[in-house]
Amino acid sequence: MPSSEQSIDKRPWLLLSPSLMAITLLVVIPMAFILVYSFYENIDLAVDKVAFQFGNWSEVMTDGYYRIAIWKTLRLSVIVTVLAAVLGYIPAYFIAMTKFRDKWLLLLLLILPFWISFIIRTLSWIHIFGNQGALNGLFQLLGLTDAPLSLMYNEFTVIVGFIHVFLPYMILNIYVSLEGIDENLEPAARTLGATPWQAFREVTLPLSMPGLAAGCLLVFVLTGGSYVTPLILGGPSDFLFGNLIYDAIVTELNWPMGATLSFTLLLLLGLVVVLYSRLMGLNQLSKAFK
Amino acid sequence: MKLRIWTLLKTYTILVYIFMFAPIGVVLVLAFNSSQFGGFPIEGFSFRWFVKLSENEAIIRALRTSLVLGACTAVIATTLGILAALALVRYTFRGKDLITTVLIAPVLVPETVLAVGLLIFMRWLHVPRSFGLLLLGHSIIALPFVVLVVQARLTGIRRDYEEAARSLGANPLQTFFAVTFPLMLPAVFAGALFAFTISFDNITATIFWRPSGMETVPTQIFGMLRNSVSPEINALGFVMICITVGVPLMAGALARYYMRNTK
Repeated sequence: MPSSEQSIDKRPWLLLSPSLMAITLLVVIPMAFILVYSFYENIDLAVDKVAFQFGNWSEVMTDGYYRIAIWKTLRLSVIVTVLAAVLGYIPAYFIAMTKFRDKWLLLLLLILPFWISFIIRTLSWIHIFGNQGALNGLFQLLGLTDAPLSLMYNEFTVIVGFIHVFLPYMILNIYVSLEGIDENLEPAARTLGATPWQAFREVTLPLSMPGLAAGCLLVFVLTGGSYVTPLILGGPSDFLFGNLIYDAIVTELNWPMGATLSFTLLLLLGLVVVLYSRLMGLNQLSKAFK
Repeated sequence: MKLRIWTLLKTYTILVYIFMFAPIGVVLVLAFNSSQFGGFPIEGFSFRWFVKLSENEAIIRALRTSLVLGACTAVIATTLGILAALALVRYTFRGKDLITTVLIAPVLVPETVLAVGLLIFMRWLHVPRSFGLLLLGHSIIALPFVVLVVQARLTGIRRDYEEAARSLGANPLQTFFAVTFPLMLPAVFAGALFAFTISFDNITATIFWRPSGMETVPTQIFGMLRNSVSPEINALGFVMICITVGVPLMAGALARYYMRNTK
């Protein structure tokens, strides 16, 4: 239909309009309301007053408690991201390079965790590290201890829980970008005299950077926005910024403060996303689905 | 030398896979433990916790809520997602890159923030928390994923078939239902399954959006966890894994079998 190409074609916009409307109504406008609510004043439990005051913001800026929470969140997100990258790169490389006939099985197993309940995967670590967990059971069986050791509810179990849940994102993203590399490049570098390690470091690793970066971004943002994992696997001092939001909204019913904290988290993690998209563009993120 | 490195990589990969699946395997095994506690040691084989589970009305109610919510979310998110993906795959238009970014952007908004935002907006509108809010919220969380999955599958469909149908005299609507839609079916299923799983699994936003007294399976489990892992949770975990892993695997196997037989 060449005639329709002359004027502006309305059909794509017609097809897009329900989704765009939904995103506007359910994401964009609510974000604006978070900002508006952050200036409201909290009177009592679940009671707030329309106002334009900076009380909530000055509390978030000055109270050391919130600064500690931001620091803890950034620290934990970095740890989880780095460990996930280190743990995830080699499997991704292996799956991409293997000539193994049942490669599809490795890929299927990689997608499988996405289908398994997050909360079940998280609580499963209680069965490993808990008082009645596999490790304590093993220790007692071997006669190493009489009473169960307390290995649970600390920062370590929180980190393990996060990595366990987010590792597939990392591996999948790295795999996608390794899979796209011309498989003749590494042998070519080898014939030119590079050692295997050099060939990997100077050819494959730089070419897989986009996937690695996309995986890191996803893991960082997903960790930084969480609050459920520390509640299940962490102790009282293992809280993230998301936990403060949960406390403000669900426990204290302090909506203006919850809004202020939410907007702070959005700004912090948004900054990371913007930085990333400046460097890499957002296209890489969608590749893992193809 | 090369072989040794390769063996090392292989061992490492296997260890990472064990890390990913061993804890899940433990849940599956413990579901059949006859002990009255949810952990080790294993005292014997028993179905008693499945029986106990089937008698637990709160869990059954939560399971029903989750299934209905997941199914409705799948319908809404897949409908919106397919329309949007069609626009992205079939047409070139100005601002396409921007639109793609906008469609995917909700993935990058922390779910906690997304949840609080929608909740505050509803509060401003004086709309109380409801099943409807959960449905809308889950749909918007699932939408970007559906768009990505469906878009990836739609790109593979060749337009020749549609053009052939059109040149043989079918109108656009006939073409869509007789040619395009059947070709799209795998993409539709993939998108719907994904949306269902995302909804069925969601807890982060659900805790904020659910009305008091309404539980989905994840929030129900979360509530039960406060004390310890009860053996019923293990049994429930087993059932959930059967639903979210077994059903897609069976659907995939059936689809493959069906396609082989029709060829």
